[in-house]
Amino acid sequence: MTESIQLCTFFVGDLHCGLAVQHVQEILRHQELTPVPLAPRGVTGLLNLRGEVVTGIDLRYVLDFDQRRENDEPSNVIIRTSEGVVSLLVDTIGDVLDVPASTFEPPPRTLSARARSQVRGVFKLPLGLLLELDIDRITEIGSAQEARPN
Amino acid sequence: MASEGPGLDEVVREFVIEGTEALDQLDVDLVRLEREPSDAALVASVFRHVHTIKGSCGWLKFERLEALTHAAETLMSRVRARELAITAPVITALLRLVDAVRAALEHVAVHGTEPPESYTELIAHVEMLARGEVDGGALLAVEHDESLGHAEGSVRVDVALLDDLVNKVGELVLVRNQLIQLAALHNDSALSARSQKLNLVTSELQERIMKTRMQPIGNLWKKFPRLVRDLATALGKTVRVTFDGADTELDRTLIEAVRDPLTHVVRNAIDHGIESPTERRRAGKTDAGTVSLRAFHQAGQVVIEVKDDGAGIDLERIRQRAIEIGISSAERLRQLGPREVQELIFFPGFSTTKEVTNVSGRGVGMDVVKTNIEKVGGVIDVSGEAGVGTTVRMKIPLTLAIIPALIVTNRGQRYAIPQASLVELIRLEGKSVQAVESAYGVPVYRSRGKLLPLVYLSQVLGLWSPGQSRGSDDSGLNIAVLDAEGQHFGMVVDGIQDTEEIVVKPLGKALKNLATYAGATIMGDGKVALILDAAGIAASAKIAAEDGVTHATPAAQAEPATPAQATRPILLVSVNESRLALPLDEVDRLEEFATTDLEYVGTRKCVQYRGAILRLVHVAELLEERRSLPRTPEADSAGPERRWAADLHADERLQVVVQSNAGRRVGLIVDRILDTVDETLQVRDEETRRGVTGTAVIRGRITELLDMNAAFAKAQEVGTDAAE
Repeated sequence: MTESIQLCTFFVGDLHCGLAVQHVQEILRHQELTPVPLAPRGVTGLLNLRGEVVTGIDLRYVLDFDQRRENDEPSNVIIRTSEGVVSLLVDTIGDVLDVPASTFEPPPRTLSARARSQVRGVFKLPLGLLLELDIDRITEIGSAQEARPN
Repeated sequence: MASEGPGLDEVVREFVIEGTEALDQLDVDLVRLEREPSDAALVASVFRHVHTIKGSCGWLKFERLEALTHAAETLMSRVRARELAITAPVITALLRLVDAVRAALEHVAVHGTEPPESYTELIAHVEMLARGEVDGGALLAVEHDESLGHAEGSVRVDVALLDDLVNKVGELVLVRNQLIQLAALHNDSALSARSQKLNLVTSELQERIMKTRMQPIGNLWKKFPRLVRDLATALGKTVRVTFDGADTELDRTLIEAVRDPLTHVVRNAIDHGIESPTERRRAGKTDAGTVSLRAFHQAGQVVIEVKDDGAGIDLERIRQRAIEIGISSAERLRQLGPREVQELIFFPGFSTTKEVTNVSGRGVGMDVVKTNIEKVGGVIDVSGEAGVGTTVRMKIPLTLAIIPALIVTNRGQRYAIPQASLVELIRLEGKSVQAVESAYGVPVYRSRGKLLPLVYLSQVLGLWSPGQSRGSDDSGLNIAVLDAEGQHFGMVVDGIQDTEEIVVKPLGKALKNLATYAGATIMGDGKVALILDAAGIAASAKIAAEDGVTHATPAAQAEPATPAQATRPILLVSVNESRLALPLDEVDRLEEFATTDLEYVGTRKCVQYRGAILRLVHVAELLEERRSLPRTPEADSAGPERRWAADLHADERLQVVVQSNAGRRVGLIVDRILDTVDETLQVRDEETRRGVTGTAVIRGRITELLDMNAAFAKAQEVGTDAAE
């Protein structure tokens, strides 16, 4: 029997993306976020998740898509990282899929450089490609940016 | 016992905890030993535990307990030396002794002292056994004082559990806040009575829970005697360390946060502060230097002081170093008071050690200390006197988790300002909004005779730029006066709401680098609000910058007071290398224009200003040129007009002093606006040239006083008559 991986999937732009289920804490419908002026691009605001302040990161920015339209209502994929809980803003939520590990391949060159760096690899599914995102990379926003000069 | 010195209560508590553990182990070991009397490792273990307890008793001066455990130790040492066989009576006697010590520990835990019993019977019995005599006499049962109960104060709790409790209480506080808001909406007396009760209970619970995480700072200080000794020895110095206020408590997380900064400061004191014995003798001091650590509570904060009686801070060396690394100019440094100069050591990369030692002075220095202290909402300052010593003073909030804060609104969002950094609130309405002036591009407000630099929160947060219209603010101006490390500044916000207890939540990784925020909190309605950081805002608005107006700082106050009666606010400007003073109360506003704003009407320079045309005149054009021989090389190649033209090309912003007279305005262009000072004018000299009324020494520099009336009149002519 071939090994399989369970991925929680969602859509960003025309990409079908997924993250291993063990990273995903929960899925939330659209939430109103508190904007953070001066925040690095891609950080959309703060969310109250049962008393915890969670940073929202827009995957449209991370994956190099054009800006989200104003009245868009993105869903939240709440993930656990080594440095706390983060909410990923995605266009729509997909299914949780069992994908065979054997169909895994490195990210295709056709992706933009920025998007490619955020992707661990691709699963070739009968219906199309599923991109497994690199959880460390997609939550890296802001840390690469140096502290603002005072 | 508790009066004997810092941290002794803590030591006693630890003794009880460790002693109890040792006794439990002894119970197990003794029982096993009875079955396996030849087990040498077991014998050694028993001996070690008895010895440890004895040692602690001796150290804590529990003499009677020491005598008791000493007898047991003697017995065990004979067993260990195989001079005595382990027999049931031996084990029994030791177990009784364990019980006696356990009872004694319970007494210690409650009273802090050893019990009054002298244990003579038990000691005699154990000694008899040690001599190898057979148990003959009756052994009195050790009295167990049941009324003392168990040492409940020493239940050990996992720190993670405590942290979790603190978080949960934070949640509870939030729910409480929400409920109070809800109850206020409903006119239900039963509901409001319950919510009041809940309010009280929550507050109490919160306070108690926070207490559980409090630790005496002495816990942290314990390592210092050793550290100081090692360091001093390595450096060939003699250093004594003293402690005061070791029982001052602060939150565990803060103890952790100050651990490294405090260690660094203490190291610095020994490495850079305290001199070698030879140097000290030469300076007429005792060979041994002293580093004193002091902690105390003050206005809801904990103050931690590290004071040494060393060489102090060499201001001249700081000045040199500041120029070397380019953080300030010689000119600017001359204007700084001694305290302000001392503050320079907190600049990144600042280290004045002549040679790098392996102890400190690797370039990571006081700036890191400062950053770490500020991270937990604290402030740090340094003071001292050359030859006498240095004092570093840190002010740390008592607790981080729940703080009182003022909620303000801006652009439809709420922000929390920690009460600790709030000085006062000012509301300007109607005409008084006009009282906001501008000095060197920085809006200022005169608050009780002091100039208060203003920042607009919207601007700090990048929501509008100065060029943009701020929209209608006819409704007035709300100014929250904040304290950023002793520097006061006003922050203009759209609205001011209430003071609330807020729970500080850390910001995620992506936002950690934003100095403007100290964290976030969850409001009564469940939405997130950002907590503003006064120091971060001051830094991003460059309030504490070298240029511009610095005022109302403690440093400025620390300077020798000038006679109060005749002081006048004076604006200092520089024009062609000379300093000019203008009476500030005759100045309308200070403005800054881009050279691109400049338009020409004929040969007159004008800008559009407040819906009218403002004529601009460079002050140099109004003054009679003093000398035919210019002083500096660059002035040599350029007269006033050419310099002025050069300035234009340099794409500088024009510094303009706006003056009005009988409804007419004129803008005087100056090279730089230097400062505003409150000064008693002592005119030293009569008119030196046309356009000035006299000369005075202001801040140690010769300064000409601009004749404002003459300037105004002259400015009307310039450009009409004076052909270019």
